[in-house]
Amino acid sequence: MKKINLAVIASLLMLAIAPMMFSLNASAADKNTVNSLATLRDSTPIDRQKEPNSIPKVVNKDIKQGRNYPMQPPVIPHTTRSYEVNLNNNKCMSCHSRHRTEKSQAPMVSVTHYMDRDGNFLADVSPRRYFCNQCHITQLDAEPLVENTFTDMHSLMKEKTATTEQH
Amino acid sequence: MKNILLIGWRTLTRPSGYYSLGALVIGGFIAGIIFWGGFNTALEVTNTEKFCISCHEMENNVYEELKTTIHFTNRSGVRATCPDCHVPHNWTDKIARKMKASKEVWGAIFGTINTREKFLVQRKRLAQHEWERLKANDSLECRNCHNFDYMDFTEQSERAAYQHSTALASGEKTCIDCHKGIAHELPDMKGVEGW
Repeated sequence: MKKINLAVIASLLMLAIAPMMFSLNASAADKNTVNSLATLRDSTPIDRQKEPNSIPKVVNKDIKQGRNYPMQPPVIPHTTRSYEVNLNNNKCMSCHSRHRTEKSQAPMVSVTHYMDRDGNFLADVSPRRYFCNQCHITQLDAEPLVENTFTDMHSLMKEKTATTEQH
Repeated sequence: MKNILLIGWRTLTRPSGYYSLGALVIGGFIAGIIFWGGFNTALEVTNTEKFCISCHEMENNVYEELKTTIHFTNRSGVRATCPDCHVPHNWTDKIARKMKASKEVWGAIFGTINTREKFLVQRKRLAQHEWERLKANDSLECRNCHNFDYMDFTEQSERAAYQHSTALASGEKTCIDCHKGIAHELPDMKGVEGW
């Protein structure tokens, strides 16, 4: 009888302590996962405001950057501060449109920009391709926030041919 | 009425019978100082940003747009206010501009652009007035601060340095030819050269 009593007390104690232990573990785990995701906040507690990072500068070198895959929209190698692209004007097109490239020596927007979605060529840039910065963006002089393991098709193919030649 | 005017005219044309020449000369001199000082002060008051944005047409449209641009806030804290760009500094030009601006008083009284919609409709016309003015005076108001002689091309981006050292240096182009819409939003640019 005494033994049973002891066992009951022990199990009750376990029941009481277990959630406490669990909650301790859980909060520690929460902290780790939450902070590892919140990269921009650098493990700053949720109730506190982080000192903001300095804003990186826009790359303004005017040198074409490589594309990671054939269909990638080329990135913009210059600043576009206060360039208006709206109902009234498209500042980008004052250099990159077909009839301006001779003067500006800027690359012309590709012919696909003049096509509607049925493949018909239009006189001017197609409305669905009008907003340049939906796809084309300026680059910042900054370290990436998360690691990127993207490998482009070319290097994959190179690797594959190298390994097959070995065998 | 005719008699009053006649009395006034006779007083002005007849030599003074009571006052000495000295009193008249010194009195006229002092009155001149007060009059000219007052005129100049009034002119300067109308040449401040506070005066410009006392009309909601200016405050809610063009001033709001200026706030986001580099001429309002920038790294060195030098600011351009409305009259810096829109009123010539040279006295005769300034008076000419001020006389033209009396039309704006008319506009303010009769509400020519007293809503955003009305303003947007007129925007191209208004912008063209300013472009024409700056084109005609070789972008003088830009050059009051941005002096070509002291431009350091090595500090500019390659594209900017190229354009400034060729088109601008040769006088073929002036600031406003390329730098439209730098301080306010642009109107519909259809048909404008270079767009």
